[in-house]
Amino acid sequence: MHIIKDRFNFLFNSTKGLILVAIAMIALVTAVWGMLSGPMAEMGIRDVIIRLFKMDMVQAEREGRIVILYHSIAMAVVAIETYMITSLLKMKPFLKTAINAIITVGYILTMIFGLGFAYFGHNWAFHGVYIFGLSLIFFAGVLMVIALWPWKKEHYQLDKTYARTKKGVDIERVAFFATALTTVISALFGAIPGTFFGNGFEVFLAENVIRLPEKTTMQYSIIGHLHIMLALIAIMITLIIGRWLNFKGILHKIAMPLMILGTVVLNIGVWGVATPLEPIAHMVIYTGATPSMFAALLLLIWSWAKLIRDGTAHIQKPTFGQKLSALVRDPLKFGPTWQMLYMNFTTSFLGIFMAIRLDEIFRVWPAREERIELTGHWHALSAIIATIILLYYGNVIGLKGKVRQFYGWGILIFSNLALAGVTIFEMKRLLITEAEQQPLVNGLMYAIDIGLGVLLVLLASLMVWRLIDLFKKKGRWSEEIVTELSQEVEK
Amino acid sequence: MKRMIPIIILLAALLVSCTAVDLNAAIPVFETGVNPDTWIQIPAGEFYFGQHNDIQTTDAYEIMVTDVTTTQYAEFLNQALADSYVKVEGDHIVGYYPGDEFHGVKHEEKIAAGDWLFIPLNDPSQRIRFDGEKFSPQPGYENHPMTMVTWFGAWGYCGYFDTHLPTELEWEKAARGTDTRPFPWGDEISRENANFYSSRDPFENMNSFGSRTSPVGFYNGKTYNGYATLDSASPYGLYDMAGNVWQWTGDVYEGMHYRFMRGGSKDTYDMDLRIWTWNNATPTYLSPGVGFRCARNSK
Repeated sequence: MHIIKDRFNFLFNSTKGLILVAIAMIALVTAVWGMLSGPMAEMGIRDVIIRLFKMDMVQAEREGRIVILYHSIAMAVVAIETYMITSLLKMKPFLKTAINAIITVGYILTMIFGLGFAYFGHNWAFHGVYIFGLSLIFFAGVLMVIALWPWKKEHYQLDKTYARTKKGVDIERVAFFATALTTVISALFGAIPGTFFGNGFEVFLAENVIRLPEKTTMQYSIIGHLHIMLALIAIMITLIIGRWLNFKGILHKIAMPLMILGTVVLNIGVWGVATPLEPIAHMVIYTGATPSMFAALLLLIWSWAKLIRDGTAHIQKPTFGQKLSALVRDPLKFGPTWQMLYMNFTTSFLGIFMAIRLDEIFRVWPAREERIELTGHWHALSAIIATIILLYYGNVIGLKGKVRQFYGWGILIFSNLALAGVTIFEMKRLLITEAEQQPLVNGLMYAIDIGLGVLLVLLASLMVWRLIDLFKKKGRWSEEIVTELSQEVEK
Repeated sequence: MKRMIPIIILLAALLVSCTAVDLNAAIPVFETGVNPDTWIQIPAGEFYFGQHNDIQTTDAYEIMVTDVTTTQYAEFLNQALADSYVKVEGDHIVGYYPGDEFHGVKHEEKIAAGDWLFIPLNDPSQRIRFDGEKFSPQPGYENHPMTMVTWFGAWGYCGYFDTHLPTELEWEKAARGTDTRPFPWGDEISRENANFYSSRDPFENMNSFGSRTSPVGFYNGKTYNGYATLDSASPYGLYDMAGNVWQWTGDVYEGMHYRFMRGGSKDTYDMDLRIWTWNNATPTYLSPGVGFRCARNSK
């Protein structure tokens, strides 16, 4: 009996176990639901999956199903970030336990009963439990805000190499706090219109209404909600990576206030879309996004300089090649910030380009083309966040040697290949006419499918390996059960 | 050498991506037996409109059984040119449009009165030929829907014959009938119902030119050279109300210069073939995947 109890204790009562369970849940959902669209649908695999699992796919409910699917995956990602924060930052043990327990129950209920409701007939009890799960996650978020409260003496930063006020308030903790607080508020920003539309089944996907000139406040809220939640998840993972890498020094002192400023202004801008501020909301959003992105750039500069410095410490006058070699020596430490840089090419620059040339280029194309850009750019951002989590997770579980190289570079190269394909696919109309596009589309699809396929194989291999490990008496799990992420922060 | 294999495969894939497309590749010719000159009577009354089944009403009207074909459009251009209803300006056929009321709404662009592009003659995807005197359809495409036509070109065609582009309400009622079906023929879609992206019809080749249009009324239950179709008429007997080409509709909405299209096309996934799905574009937009049909008031 204690064999099961020990494993259960690892999976649901340790940070690394909880992260593993959440990644496994996402992997499982991705494996099954990824078969329902794109090339899998073209090849007829979607029909097989629908028959196999007896899914109930009413045509008019497609948008509602997708909304629940997105939420199911996103809640597990939010849970992973939460586990990382509660393990990296100091907080009362009671609060840490409560937050982790509540969010775990919350996201698992959301995922199981949400997907159960959406894809397997409409059992309204399932819908109720799904909403209950989301509510638990919200409550865990409120507790997180309380736990992160930075103006307590025991949370003060004593080390002057980190960003802190004269009194000693930890500015990095304020950044975590601001991001958590605005995440909770922004969740409400989606929950209220979500309840409104969900109750009447009149759900919609934001990309399908974006071009209508008149949108209701509730529609604006939904559009704002999905943008800000993804942005906040991205900001939070940036802070987490910074903490893991032990970001400090002068760049840290500049970056953390910028991160707070960016987060707050960005939120005000996004909330503004549902108010009379709407005409200037985008300007406020750009104003907020700039300091956040600049702060991430400072993290990148600091971490790359550190990787080069550490990697060439033994060389008196390192050459450019030696510095480059030191920079890319460890893909798990180089990768997260590289992905943040890469994100600019696939998401940020693209989004800004779209916004600047909206009427001249994108609004000349039909709405369905614009939809491809919209869905493509936020799928790319989600995928990048997922890969950053996986890169950090590779370090969390202590991958070493060739496996570490293989895993890290596998994620980096193949995700970059896929995302480059997606980016060109989104922008293909700048390059080629509809009539002549098919060979280019085929080539891009190869790049995207190979890239995503290899990523999924890597993820599946990782999960199988961890599953096998659980059957071992003294497996890796038995070591991970006692360690916290704060113990593994870079020196 | 082994390390080079993935790079070689990738390069080969990229090279294949650069292959030129033969837009005039031979196309199978089939007679569907559906007469595109036929009009269908739609009765007055209520019907379910949109994804969320709002109840709406229309008066009685008639609508074309299929999209306007290239043959029909070529005949129109011959008559309209003779009547000075359209003009040839270089490689463009243009015609007069009285303009829209401009409201200055965000993103709205002014559509002024004047001559606007109906169709271009120099686009390689154009299936209408002009020898300097007469217009004619490209051989093989005679019974295919007219494409590469702007909203003005569609509006002009219908107006010339004292008809109009169907409103979104008229279009949707004609496609759906009076129940809540998502597709003109019923609740589910299969490849033999319509021409959509990667539907493996006899006209597509996803390795080169991709999807192409199919003759109007093709999906009528007939078998063509061993390719069996399902009868996919709407409850009122219209064909091609899902797939093949997006269809321009006639509504001009306040504060918006975009014109709406319905029905999905050969280039879209099946989800875009659902009856309530809309697309829109500037009225000057043209594409090998956009056509139209006309409606008229009941006599």
